[in-house]
Amino acid sequence: MKQSLKNIPSWNADRHLNRTVKGMPPSGIRKFFDLVSEMDGAISLGVGEPDFVTPWHVREACIFSLESGDTHYTSNKGMPELRETICEQVSKDLGLNYDPAEEILITTGVSEAVDLAFRATLNPGDEAIVPEPCYVAYTPDIMLAGGIPSMVPTGLKDEFRLQPETVASAVTDKTRALLLSYPNNPTGAIMTRADLEDLADVVVENDLLVISDEVYSKLCYSGSHASFAQLEGMKERTIILNGLSKSHAMTGWRIGYALGDEALVGAMTKVHQYTMLCAPTMAQVAALEAIQKGEEEMLHMRHEYDLRRRLFASGLNRIGLDCFEPRGAFYAFPSVKDWGLSSEEFAERLLREQKVAVVPGNVFGPSGEGFLRCSYATSREELIEALDRMETFLSGL
Amino acid sequence: MNEILEILSENAKATPSEIAALLGRSEEDVSKEIRDLEDAGVIRKYITLINWEKLDQSLVFAVLELKVALQRKTGYDAVAERIARFSEVDSVRLISGDHDLSVTVRGKSMKDIAYFVAEKIAPLEGVQSTCTHFILKSYKEHGVILTDKPKPKRLVVTP
Repeated sequence: MKQSLKNIPSWNADRHLNRTVKGMPPSGIRKFFDLVSEMDGAISLGVGEPDFVTPWHVREACIFSLESGDTHYTSNKGMPELRETICEQVSKDLGLNYDPAEEILITTGVSEAVDLAFRATLNPGDEAIVPEPCYVAYTPDIMLAGGIPSMVPTGLKDEFRLQPETVASAVTDKTRALLLSYPNNPTGAIMTRADLEDLADVVVENDLLVISDEVYSKLCYSGSHASFAQLEGMKERTIILNGLSKSHAMTGWRIGYALGDEALVGAMTKVHQYTMLCAPTMAQVAALEAIQKGEEEMLHMRHEYDLRRRLFASGLNRIGLDCFEPRGAFYAFPSVKDWGLSSEEFAERLLREQKVAVVPGNVFGPSGEGFLRCSYATSREELIEALDRMETFLSGL
Repeated sequence: MNEILEILSENAKATPSEIAALLGRSEEDVSKEIRDLEDAGVIRKYITLINWEKLDQSLVFAVLELKVALQRKTGYDAVAERIARFSEVDSVRLISGDHDLSVTVRGKSMKDIAYFVAEKIAPLEGVQSTCTHFILKSYKEHGVILTDKPKPKRLVVTP
């Protein structure tokens, strides 16, 4: 029987929302995004992606593939040639051999890979240890997978490297996984091979799975990147997550990958095939070109970041913002503790008074309080101008 | 490549203190190396790349391709150096292929350049033929794309 319009009860969308989603905090950077967007002449050091445009040869290869009509699905796991090429590259970079048929999955950005790794491995109530400050997606992804994030602090005295005793003190009988993300966003910290070796004991003792987000691995400025999977006996209990966004300036293409044991990657592939089917074909074609022929441009970009890193980090220290040496990614993480303002107050006043946008460190976890994330993935001219404005701001405090 | 040269080749205005900050070296150290490079003739000049097409005053550029008779002992050098002395000439290069020298010339008008070639270059002893190509539009110079396109936008703040 048809109801008259008057009798339809009012619709309450809230009743239909998922509790976990409702409980997720809104992104802490939203406020800054809105403020900067309305502002003319602001310099943004708040951007977590390269300022370089994807090299032309990569874009051109994608255009050619579209002209050729290469527009169909690929295998769930990703194009075989791309999987083979990545496995070869990883073998060269890390000395680790993964089977292109079973031990790699191409994902839609590393973001998807992070989500899949938690969903494929956590059961409801399982705990995953996440060192903070860190990228903002890990905690929500763990919660969406039904897990419980256990945030552990890192600090300036260790240059934001994760300490084994910190991990050990957070382990409970429900702990199943440890997330690592080095080189780190937001701190620019890295973990050397020796640092990772210190963690291995506690990982093995507690039978933890290590999920290692290494998306900034190509952006290491003192020595080459070390992966937890390289340690003796650790490869099988590590899922490496990586992608081309930062190394090849390909953020918008959304290409990432997961490497690991057949059972783990297989489980991730199952979720991937029902949710994503496959990563975008044209982006996979571009990724193949980037890895096969893009090394020179990649090194050029890294060199430019390295120059800016020195310029900017030394500039911060010169104007009175203490900054430890950032060794990876493209972030400097200076302390504002001597200036009598919280991260958030400092960032907001700096933006309003001098039009320089940075991200307050507390957005990335409680241990980020008292720090600012400044991205130096912007031009040298802007960095120099930003330092001048920050100096003016400090002189008015 | 020398890191200082790499920076200066992209930006002649980079000061020793900026270069020092970029390379993590001392300013004195960088200044001294720049002076040495200047003294050794490695750094020849600090120039500005100008997009002349943005200005009303017309400047005309042409590329000349010359066939030159090889001379005993001096090869192509004597003719090339002779051509290089004219202030109208921007560059002189020995090239492979159908021609021997590639010369870029600047003038106030096409007529200006045509007369210059006819009066000064073509009659030179050793120059067997000239072919003048006027430049109609420049798309890229010294690695810089001159045709203005808006820069793709990034989001202003991202995690």
